[in-house]
Amino acid sequence: MLKIQDVSKTFFPHTVNEVQALQNIDLTIDEGSFTCIIGTNGSGKSTLLNAVAGTFIPDSGTIHIDGLEISSWTEYQRARLIGRVFQNPFAGTAAEMTIAENIVLAMKRGKMHPLTIALNKKVKSEISDRIRMLKMGLEDRLDNPIGTLSGGQRQALTLLMATWLRPRLLLLDEHTAALDPKSAAKIAELTSEIIKEEKLTALMVTHSMQQAVDMPDRIVMMHRGKIVEDYQKEHKKRVRIADLLDTFDRVQKRELFDESVAKLLIREYI
Amino acid sequence: MNLIIGAFTIGLILSLLSLGMLISFRMIRFTDITVDGSITLGASLTAVLIMAGWSPWLATLAAFMAGMIAGSITGILYTRFKIQEILAGILMMTALYSINLRIMGKSNIPLLDTKTVSQIPEQLLLSASGGESKMLIAGWQVSLIDLSVLISSTFLCLVIGWLLYHFLLTHYGTALRATGNNVQMVRAQGINNNKMIIFGLALSNGLVALSGALLAQYQGFADVQMGIGMMVWGLASIIIGEALVGKTNIWTTITGAVLGTILFRLLIAIALRWGLNPNDLKLVTALFVFAALVAPQLFKSFHKKFTKSSNHA
Ligand SMILES: Nc1ncnc2c1ncn2[C@@H]1O[C@H](COP(=O)(O)OP(=O)(O)OP(=O)(O)O)[C@@H](O)[C@H]1O
Ligand SMILES: [Mg+2]
Repeated sequence: MLKIQDVSKTFFPHTVNEVQALQNIDLTIDEGSFTCIIGTNGSGKSTLLNAVAGTFIPDSGTIHIDGLEISSWTEYQRARLIGRVFQNPFAGTAAEMTIAENIVLAMKRGKMHPLTIALNKKVKSEISDRIRMLKMGLEDRLDNPIGTLSGGQRQALTLLMATWLRPRLLLLDEHTAALDPKSAAKIAELTSEIIKEEKLTALMVTHSMQQAVDMPDRIVMMHRGKIVEDYQKEHKKRVRIADLLDTFDRVQKRELFDESVAKLLIREYI
Repeated sequence: MNLIIGAFTIGLILSLLSLGMLISFRMIRFTDITVDGSITLGASLTAVLIMAGWSPWLATLAAFMAGMIAGSITGILYTRFKIQEILAGILMMTALYSINLRIMGKSNIPLLDTKTVSQIPEQLLLSASGGESKMLIAGWQVSLIDLSVLISSTFLCLVIGWLLYHFLLTHYGTALRATGNNVQMVRAQGINNNKMIIFGLALSNGLVALSGALLAQYQGFADVQMGIGMMVWGLASIIIGEALVGKTNIWTTITGAVLGTILFRLLIAIALRWGLNPNDLKLVTALFVFAALVAPQLFKSFHKKFTKSSNHA
């Protein structure tokens, strides 16, 4: 369904600040699967999602969705196929516009925006019917600016907007990280519910080991721009939080080892 | 009375400028300096076309189109060539100065005794008054020509305000408004934000040029200098409108801009009457906008200091 082949991205190439954010990433995601990406800070998780979403064009490699080569598509063109929720709860909605106006944009995601009046009674009742499922009482506040809502409420709406028209692929980048524990749990639950109900293909970045174990059917671990571990199927079902933490340690020790060897070699030979 | 009618008429004509700037400054949040050039573009093009025998309505429409072209060029400079927004506007404005001189062939074109868009109400009024050129309204002698210009500007202002209001409520208009609010969200919803900016600037400058076209017909001339400071003027009007009516929804934003422009024009007319030197007009306008921009910050810091000191006490 999603096929990432040999994708690399280096920020500030040939400078002292050079960062190899993605190094020859290969990843294939099956139709209807739910994959979590975990990894330390700066390991390239967001960069990978951004490469898929088209925020930037990778230095090399190709990305296919449904067999379509989308590597050269712009971000807004890819939005036809991709729904997104960002880490920042304020990033996914237009604060000064009303709840209804925000949602009506999502109802036309990736489509033409005709010169007909966007909101009428019928559309509004359709909107309130659907956001009633959030059980946040937002259905009575359709004409309030979305900026007056809490981060959790906004993130719930962003999630709803990203999936209003069924996306071929749902990208979630630590979308519960900036919320208080209660809201985070609620959004996580909502996420699982929507993905299951709509049978979505989803790619989610998280720092919560609990979420990584509970929610998806596959866990991919990244480190320094590379995929270092991939738990799938039966293997994933058996995995516990302790296992993930162990793997983290192992990966980091391996790296420490690499570094100390490098230092040793430098001392010996230079 | 004539002072009031005059101020009202110019206020209404300039409110199209404010409505245009509402789209650039408030909807897509683009500090667009093209305005100073495109208002003159509208004026000069209409003047030349009317002098060449075009129907005033067609000439006015042509001005609108020319403004749209100017605005889209600024938009393309910004989106396609990645030139900063202020610089893109300055480049276009500077280019327009020469273009306007080219269009007119000289720096000033008088438009005396020519047809204008207020012809129809003028004829109606004249036939109603039996050929008299003045009418008695509430005990005041009012020139029929002034009155007819007022009527046609009111008409145009209503029509354009109505169209703009509905446009902003469409799917396309909603996408346009979101572009200035949150670009990341707009792209994630599959909207080409660059296209929105170009279109927004086109529409904005189209309205500004339209305002210039009507201004030239009202004043009876087009002058290459007439656009100088118009952007600041429009901004002042918008700020007054927001203070007056607020900006809670599209309706209040639009009526606010129109009322703000009229009120600002009235205030200026009164100030001039009281002896304000016309040469100081732009300085006063600039000071006013400065004050309006700084006042909220000042207020905030005063408020902070005050609450701090009261905490100490
Ligand atoms: N736009 C950018 N410009 C420059 N460097 C960037 C940019 N985006 C990411 N990087 C760098 O690329 C590396 C990977 O960043 P990325 O944001 O993908 O990490 P991450 O795994 O999402 O981390 P976190 O868990 O902190 O969100 C980091 O070193 C980061 O500094
Ligand atoms: Mg990240």
